[in-house]
Amino acid sequence: MSAPKRKLKVATTSLAGCFGCHMSLLDIDERILKLLELVELDRSPLTDIKHCGPCDLGLVEGGLCNAENVHVLREFRKQCKVLVAVGACAINGGLPAQRNHLDVRECLTSVYRTVPNDPELPLPLDHVHPINDVVRIDYSLPGCPPPADALWQFLTDFIAGRTPSLGHGLIHYD
Amino acid sequence: MQAVDVKGLLERHRHDPTRLVQMLREVQAAEGWISPTRITELAGALGLPRARVEGVAGFYAFFATTPVGAYRVLFSDNITDRMLGSVALRERLCAKLGVGPGEVRADARVSVAVTSCTGLCDQGPALLVNGHAIGRLTDARIDLIARCIEAQAPVEAWPPELFRIDDVIHRKDLILSSSLRPGEALRAAFARGADATLEELLRSGLRGRGGAGFTTGEKWRAAKLAPGPTRFVVCNADEGEPGTFKDRVLLSRYLDLVLDGMTVCGFAIGAQKGFIYLRGEYLFLQAPIEAALAARRKAHLLGRDVLGHRGFDFEVELHLGAGSYVCGEESALIESLEGKRGIPRSRPPYPVTHGYLGQPTVVNNVETLVAAALVTVNGGAWFAKHGTAKSPGTRVHSVSGDCARPGVYEFPMGLTVQELLDACGAKNAQAVQVSGPSGTLLGPAEFRRKLAFEDVATAGAFTIFGETRDLLDVSVNFAHFFAHESCGFCTPCRVGTTLLKKSIDAIAAERGTRRDVKVALRLAVLMRDTSHCALGHTACAHFLALHEKFKPTIDRRLSSLEFLPTFDLDEALAPAREVTGRDDGQAHLEDT
Ligand SMILES: Cc1cc2nc3c(=O)[nH]c(=O)nc-3n(C[C@H](O)[C@H](O)[C@H](O)COP(=O)(O)O)c2cc1C
Ligand code: SF4
Ligand code: SF4
Repeated sequence: MSAPKRKLKVATTSLAGCFGCHMSLLDIDERILKLLELVELDRSPLTDIKHCGPCDLGLVEGGLCNAENVHVLREFRKQCKVLVAVGACAINGGLPAQRNHLDVRECLTSVYRTVPNDPELPLPLDHVHPINDVVRIDYSLPGCPPPADALWQFLTDFIAGRTPSLGHGLIHYD
Repeated sequence: MQAVDVKGLLERHRHDPTRLVQMLREVQAAEGWISPTRITELAGALGLPRARVEGVAGFYAFFATTPVGAYRVLFSDNITDRMLGSVALRERLCAKLGVGPGEVRADARVSVAVTSCTGLCDQGPALLVNGHAIGRLTDARIDLIARCIEAQAPVEAWPPELFRIDDVIHRKDLILSSSLRPGEALRAAFARGADATLEELLRSGLRGRGGAGFTTGEKWRAAKLAPGPTRFVVCNADEGEPGTFKDRVLLSRYLDLVLDGMTVCGFAIGAQKGFIYLRGEYLFLQAPIEAALAARRKAHLLGRDVLGHRGFDFEVELHLGAGSYVCGEESALIESLEGKRGIPRSRPPYPVTHGYLGQPTVVNNVETLVAAALVTVNGGAWFAKHGTAKSPGTRVHSVSGDCARPGVYEFPMGLTVQELLDACGAKNAQAVQVSGPSGTLLGPAEFRRKLAFEDVATAGAFTIFGETRDLLDVSVNFAHFFAHESCGFCTPCRVGTTLLKKSIDAIAAERGTRRDVKVALRLAVLMRDTSHCALGHTACAHFLALHEKFKPTIDRRLSSLEFLPTFDLDEALAPAREVTGRDDGQAHLEDT
C-alpha cells in the first residue's frame, strides 16, 4: 500500500445498531496499528469526540429509529466527503426494523405506564429506516456484521485511492 | 358463513393433494377465511406437512389466513378502473359502510380492499364481493351494494342485474364469426388422423396467443414425441395480464370451440386428460363450464371412446385459480394445478417434456386452442392466408381505456396500432400500452407499427391513454401491480419490484430526485437481466419505456434538490408526539 501524503480523517458512529459492526472493525486485530498510521479518527465511539469535524470518510453502523439518529446522520453527511453504510441495519434497517409492523404508539403505551416526555429523550420514528432513505450514501458494506477482512479490504482500497471492491470470499461465497 | 364439512370436502376431492388449491377455495368460500384449524385438518388428512398447506394458503391473494369481513369487497385496481373513477367509488363505499380501506369493520360484517385487474376493463370499474364480480360501478350501484351488505342479504340473493357480465364484441373475423358445431373439429381430426392433424397445424403456422408466440404445432409435436407413460393438455385461462379480457369472452361464447381445441390436442399428442386453469376472478364462468363439460360427456364428446373413436379417451377437469398473476406462467400454473404454491419452475426442462406430474404437457392459451380447432376443420393453408407471413391468422384484442367503444375486436395479425385506435373510436391518444403492464408502451410516433410477433408482439391487451392522462400514474399503478404479484421466489424480483414501487411512488409524490431516477433505472436493468422468470424480466419495462419515450412526465415531478428523504420526517414523528404529548423543538424534524 502506498502511503498517502496526509493522514485521512475518519469518523464512525453507531445509530440504531448493536455495535456489532464496530466490533467487527476491531476484529482487524493488530492491523489496527497499521490503520492508525494512515488515518486519524474524528468522532467515533473509540475517541468519544462528540461532534464530527470535516472528514474524508464516515462509517455509519445502524439504521434510523429516532430523531437523534437523523441529526447524527445529517451531521455525518455534512462533514464527510464519503459516507458508507456499514452492515445490514444501516443498509436495510436490519434487526431493529422488525418493529416496523407494530404501531409505535402501542409499543410506547404498553411498555410505559406514563410515556416519558422529557425533551432530552429523542422521539422514535414511526418506522425504522435505512440510512439512504434520509441522506445520500456513497458505498454500502453488506453483512451482519461485515467481516473484519471486508472492512479492512474496503479501508485499504479507499486509502490507496482504489475503487473499493470486495471480491470472492468477502461478499459472495458460492 | 357456514362451517365446511371437511370429511365431505375431502371425499369429493378424492383425498387428492393435487386438489389442494381447490379444497382451500371451498373452505374460503364457505367460511370466509382459512383458519389454522382447517390447515391442520387438511394437512393431516392429506398426509402433507402442515407447512406445505399453510404455504399454499398463504400464497394466493384470495385466500385469507386471518379473518376478513363476512362480505369481502375487493375493488379491481387496474389503471383502467382508476381512470373510470374506482378510487372515489371505493371511498364512497368505505364511507357508507364506516370501514377504513384495507380494514375489517369492528362487527366483522365487511372489509374493503383492492385486488389486481379482474378482467372487466371494458365494463369497469369493477369489484368482487366474496369472489362474485360486479362491473359498471356507479354511485347508485355502490349505494345498492352498501344497502345489501347492511341488510345482511346473502350475495346469491342480491339483485341479479348487479352481476351481469357483458360480452362486448365489436369486430368478428375467423374466430368470432365461426359457426362450428360442438365436436365438428374433433370429427375433422378423427377423419384426418392424429399425424395429419398435427401436419395441418404446422402448416397453419399458428403461434401461441398467450404471449411468447411459440409455434403451436412444434409444441404439440414435441409433447407427442416426448417419452412418458401419459400426457396432458392444459388450457391456460388464467388471463391475469391487466387489460386482457378476450379469453373471458371466448370462454363465455365459444366454449365448445375451446373444448374442441383441447380434445383435438389430446387426440393429436396422445393425451387422456386435460385441465382448464380458470382464473378465480372468473368464478361466474365456473357453472357454465361445468355444465358444458357435463353436456359434452353426455354427447360422447368427452369420456371413453370419444365419439365412438376406439381407444381415444379424454376427460377435462376444471381448476380455479385464487388470485395470482404469476400462475398464468405455464410452469407456475402447473405447480398450482398440482396443488402447490405457484412458483415458476426452472426451465428447461419445459412443460412439453416435464409438465404436469412430470409428464409431457401442452399448455396453450384459450385463443390458441380455438384457432387450432378452426385449423383442424379448415386446414392450415386457409389459416395461413390471413395475417402476415410471420404471424398467420387473426388476433382477438381486448380494447379498453380512453376510447368510444371498449370491448373485443378480432382483426388479422399485422393490423397497425392506428387502425385499431380508429376502429374503437380513440381520438387524441397520447399513448397505448400494448399487451398489458408487462408489454410495450407506444407513443404516437409508433402508432404506425404493426401488432404482430415480428413488430409489436401482444398477448391481446390494448389499453389507451388519452391526452389528459398523466402517464406517471400509469407507471405507479403498474409498479404496485408487480410488487403485489411477484411470487417472492427470487431476490431481484421480490426486492426489485418493491424498491421500484417505492422509487416511482416517491417521484409521483414529488419527493424524487434525478439521482433516484438513475438508481431506479439501474435497478430496472438488474431485474430485467437477473430475475428467475418472465414476470421479473418484464416488471420494469413500463418504467424503462416511460423514461425513454415520455421523459418529461418524470422530470416535471422531480425535485431540483440533489437529495430528498424518501419519507416525510416530521410526519414520522407524529405518532410519538401524540403519545408523549410533546411539541417542543426537539419533537420535530425538518425535511432537509
Ligand atoms: C407472469 C406471466 C403470466 C402469464 N399469464 C398468462 C395468461 O394469463 N394466459 C396465457 O395464456 N399465458 C400466460 N403466460 C404465458 C404462458 O407462460 C405460456 O407461454 C402460454 O400459456 C403458452 O400458450 P400459447 O403457446 O398458446 O401462447 C404468462 C406468462 C408469464 C411470464
Ligand atoms: S448489521 Fe448486524 S452487527 Fe451491524 S449493527 Fe446491525 S445487527 Fe449489529
Ligand atoms: S421473477 Fe418474480 S415472479 Fe418470477 S420467480 Fe422471481 S420472484 Fe417469482
